[in-house]
Amino acid sequence: MKIVIENVEKRFTDSKKNEVLALEDINFTINEQEFVVLVGPSGCGKSTLLNIVGGLLSPSKGQVYFEGTEEDKEPTLGIVFQEIALFPWRSVFENVTFGLEERGASKAERAEKGKHYIDMVGLTGFENAYPKQLSGGMKQRAGIARALAVEPDLLLMDEPFSALDAQTRTIMQEELLTIWNRTKLSTLYVTHNIQEAVYLADRVIVLSRHPGHIKKIIPIDLPKIGRDQDQYRAQFEKYADEIWQLIRHDAEEALKEA
Amino acid sequence: MANTTKKVIKNRVAFLEQKIPGYVSVLGITGILLLWELTCRLNIVPPLFLPAPTAIITDGWEMISSGELLKNLLASLYRILGGYAIGAVLGIMVGLLLGFSKLADAIFTPIVYSIYPIPKIALLPLIILWFGIGEMPKVAIIALGVFFPVLINTFSGVKSVDPSLIKAAVTFGSNHFNVIRKVILPGALPTIFAGLKLAAGTALLLLVSAEMIAAQYGIGAMVLHYGNLMITTKLMAGVLILSLLGLMFNRGLQWLERKLIPWK
Ligand SMILES: Nc1ncnc2c1ncn2[C@@H]1O[C@H](COP(=O)(O)OP(=O)(O)OP(=O)(O)O)[C@@H](O)[C@H]1O
Ligand SMILES: [Mg+2]
Repeated sequence: MKIVIENVEKRFTDSKKNEVLALEDINFTINEQEFVVLVGPSGCGKSTLLNIVGGLLSPSKGQVYFEGTEEDKEPTLGIVFQEIALFPWRSVFENVTFGLEERGASKAERAEKGKHYIDMVGLTGFENAYPKQLSGGMKQRAGIARALAVEPDLLLMDEPFSALDAQTRTIMQEELLTIWNRTKLSTLYVTHNIQEAVYLADRVIVLSRHPGHIKKIIPIDLPKIGRDQDQYRAQFEKYADEIWQLIRHDAEEALKEA
Repeated sequence: MANTTKKVIKNRVAFLEQKIPGYVSVLGITGILLLWELTCRLNIVPPLFLPAPTAIITDGWEMISSGELLKNLLASLYRILGGYAIGAVLGIMVGLLLGFSKLADAIFTPIVYSIYPIPKIALLPLIILWFGIGEMPKVAIIALGVFFPVLINTFSGVKSVDPSLIKAAVTFGSNHFNVIRKVILPGALPTIFAGLKLAAGTALLLLVSAEMIAAQYGIGAMVLHYGNLMITTKLMAGVLILSLLGLMFNRGLQWLERKLIPWK
């Protein structure tokens, strides 16, 4: 099963009734078990694109569809939000199993899968804690477990680690890779961090601004695990530099506007 | 380094976290009561204007043993609890509806805001005309007074629910009904409780006013009755009961809030 993003365009009307072309001519596919990362400067439309793919925003033109799904089965999505968006009134367990609950899973199934994914993200022992009682990194892990627990056909992540400190972020990236290797979910991941993109992606899609469009799609030809080892350092830096050169000009422009 | 001295840095905002022992409040109340009693005993104020606490308690006890107080209290409780429950339930339901449906919002919100500022007691004569005298108009006026603050708070609570939580729920498969039940309702609950507390004061005020205007029994009627007879001790006993009623109302709501909102 693959996900096709076809000729997607998005126009907004801003508060002064001006039309803003946020996305133009977006075409790409996410293949089965592929980890695609969107990078681009602030305001290039990454979140907009992710929301369109996630069915939380309608495109002005074009469409997004799953190809090769079974007849009578609606494809499921799991989203990890930038704002985390855990339900404050639900415990970690109740948050993680929310999607299962809404799909009518039995109590036994919820208990089993809830435990499985809570263990997977390393939150064992915090099942009954409320989000308020968790650290930033733990909250985000609960958010990831919630998205994984529905065993989605497509996993969407919008800058899930941007609010974390550098150390936690590095650890979470490693953990995400480990988890991803176990689940191999088709994933669309948004970040503005180039190192993160090269570290995680099978393919990096570089977006550019005004209007947001695809500047280049770069396949990362490195083993999925252990890209931070010394032997790959040179190649890693080469990819990172290539992406940086592509978005540098845009990022500088974005700064001037702010 | 001849004349160096050691200067310890002290916490200069320590006054912000001063610990005051609990007995201080008790002392405060006892002090006031003693002062009150003393003023009366020394005949500084005539007992008709301000009866002594001990006199109030003695006469109050008499009213309890004769069953008079209970009869009036039950009549009042029935009205206030009934009116409050009706007003609160309707207020929450309509508030949720207006908050959730843009259409209902457009139609009803202007109406709500034009009725809201009317002092509800002014509607009592009209309501008596509709329902006749009896229990109905008193319950109705309290329900009306509770309905609006609860409705408006519920509405603003719904509007303040984090939209990313709604997005999350929809993404993970919630239908509209479940979005209301599992996201909007709990998300709005803290604000709803603010409305419920506000309405408790309104309810008490309307109860007493309505009973003073048109009732045979009830704490409000009783207070007015003894006022007319210039029996201030019994009047004050009634006022004391009202203050206890208000206090218990608030405590009850606080307890319920802690029960229902354990995540705060
Ligand atoms: N609801 C909206 N109404 C009007 N304009 C919008 C709206 N949402 C986004 N935009 C505009 O669309 C463009 C893309 O926004 P988007 O949030 O997708 O950027 P982004 O790449 O996610 O940026 P960041 O990295 O800062 O999160 C911006 O110019 C933004 O101002
Ligand atoms: Mg964004």
